[in-house]
Amino acid sequence: MIKVRIPTPLRPLTRGQGEVEANGASVAEVIADLDSMHPGLKQRLYDERGELRRFVNIYVNEEDIRFLKGKETALKEGDEMSIVPAIAGGR
Amino acid sequence: MAKMKALVCRECGKEYPTKAIHVCDMCFGPLEVKYNYDEIKKTISRRKIEDGPLSMWRYIDLLPVEGAATVGLHAGFTPMVRARNLAAYLGLDELYLKNDTVNHPTLSFKDRVVAVALTRARELGFETVACASTGNLANSVAAHAAAAGMQCYVFIPGDLEAAKVLGNLIYRPNVVEVEGNYDDVNRLCSEIAAEHRWAFVNINIRPYYAEGSKTLAFETVEQLGWRAPDQVVVPMASGSLLTKIWKGLNELRALGLVSEVRTRVNGAQADGCSPIATAYKEGLDFFKPVKPKTIAKSLAIGNPADGYYALKAAAESRGAMDMVSDDEVVEGIKLLAQTEGIFAETAGGVTIGVLRKLVKQGTIKKSDVTVAYITGNGLKTQEAVIDAVGRPVRIQPSLVSFERTFKMGKNGEAGT
Repeated sequence: MIKVRIPTPLRPLTRGQGEVEANGASVAEVIADLDSMHPGLKQRLYDERGELRRFVNIYVNEEDIRFLKGKETALKEGDEMSIVPAIAGGR
Repeated sequence: MAKMKALVCRECGKEYPTKAIHVCDMCFGPLEVKYNYDEIKKTISRRKIEDGPLSMWRYIDLLPVEGAATVGLHAGFTPMVRARNLAAYLGLDELYLKNDTVNHPTLSFKDRVVAVALTRARELGFETVACASTGNLANSVAAHAAAAGMQCYVFIPGDLEAAKVLGNLIYRPNVVEVEGNYDDVNRLCSEIAAEHRWAFVNINIRPYYAEGSKTLAFETVEQLGWRAPDQVVVPMASGSLLTKIWKGLNELRALGLVSEVRTRVNGAQADGCSPIATAYKEGLDFFKPVKPKTIAKSLAIGNPADGYYALKAAAESRGAMDMVSDDEVVEGIKLLAQTEGIFAETAGGVTIGVLRKLVKQGTIKKSDVTVAYITGNGLKTQEAVIDAVGRPVRIQPSLVSFERTFKMGKNGEAGT
């Protein structure tokens, strides 16, 4: 099981839950599993070309997956995944 | 008639009410204020602006607040310095420095955005303000919150310059040092903002906050006698400042306050954190986040929220982007201080370093009217230059010692 933190804008799809569990050996597989339990979630994270949207940030164990292998990043039992929308700026 | 129409998603165009929200529910794109320009056009004029207060609030018609300013009344309208010595050194005819090292009250351009953010936060009924910051923003939020009597939390990375940490503590906000870099702090704050009803100035208040940066463009045009410069050089962290300067110039043109805008908007980053400038150089319209490693900590955002839009603004304006090494940053700080008497923080060193590079390359031409944005004060980042400025000359308290040290004879030199 992978623990996944869900951001506020997606919680209507998870019946208000901020944290859910899903299965999968990669980020993409976990997203697919989440979508089967919470239909519509995948569409919100991916654009028309099937890539993660520009302003969706996903972290595995606190590491940005863009520093890992993107949505193909491997996951194992006990890993934690966070979905965080549009990180703001400022200094 | 309200001047703000709505918040609108910059990606998909979906509209939202003008509340404390910053992300599109549908596609996660950032939200931006949509104005009622037809209404604004009816009343705004050069004359009205010139008769306004000597602060950034003279442009209140183009800022996202409903009522009068209530926080940060003295921010902005900083000096536009004609830099004759630096211009001569670089080989430029007409160079200006927009000097926000003396912005009120915390000596950086952040006083502009915070003035807007806290005025708007109050209008929206918040009592607690917060921010994620590498220093300057935290200083400004803490100072303004103290003056406004608001509760305040500032979240900073664990490796900040001492002066910036002290510059928070003195106002007595809750200063939270997070073990990690700025991007870690930012991510944490995004999650906190989702759970607590606070006004995070650069998160849920960001659509309003970011608009404050436009005043740098407005002041530039007014202080140049209502003309837009040929070239501007802007330091980039999140990329928001550059994006908003470009937006501000275009608003003035659309409202007929300036007849022509042919400004090329150039972006500056440090080698150790240059995701936006690197994407520009590689001809990409997206960037790859980086792990920052530079002395220019105020620019050390590895995952810049507005990086994509900054690339777009540079492309639209036919501007360029470039980056400089930490050594060049220090050289830039010294050059600015020694030619113009302005002590800038590391971001200023980045700007001057890149300005120098762009002139050398011929990207900025001799006859181009050029403005460089100096956004923060050197007294806050003394660590960056402390080993590069030499030491005082030490002497005994006697005339003999003085004259011997400076090899002066008894006669011949000017007396006092």
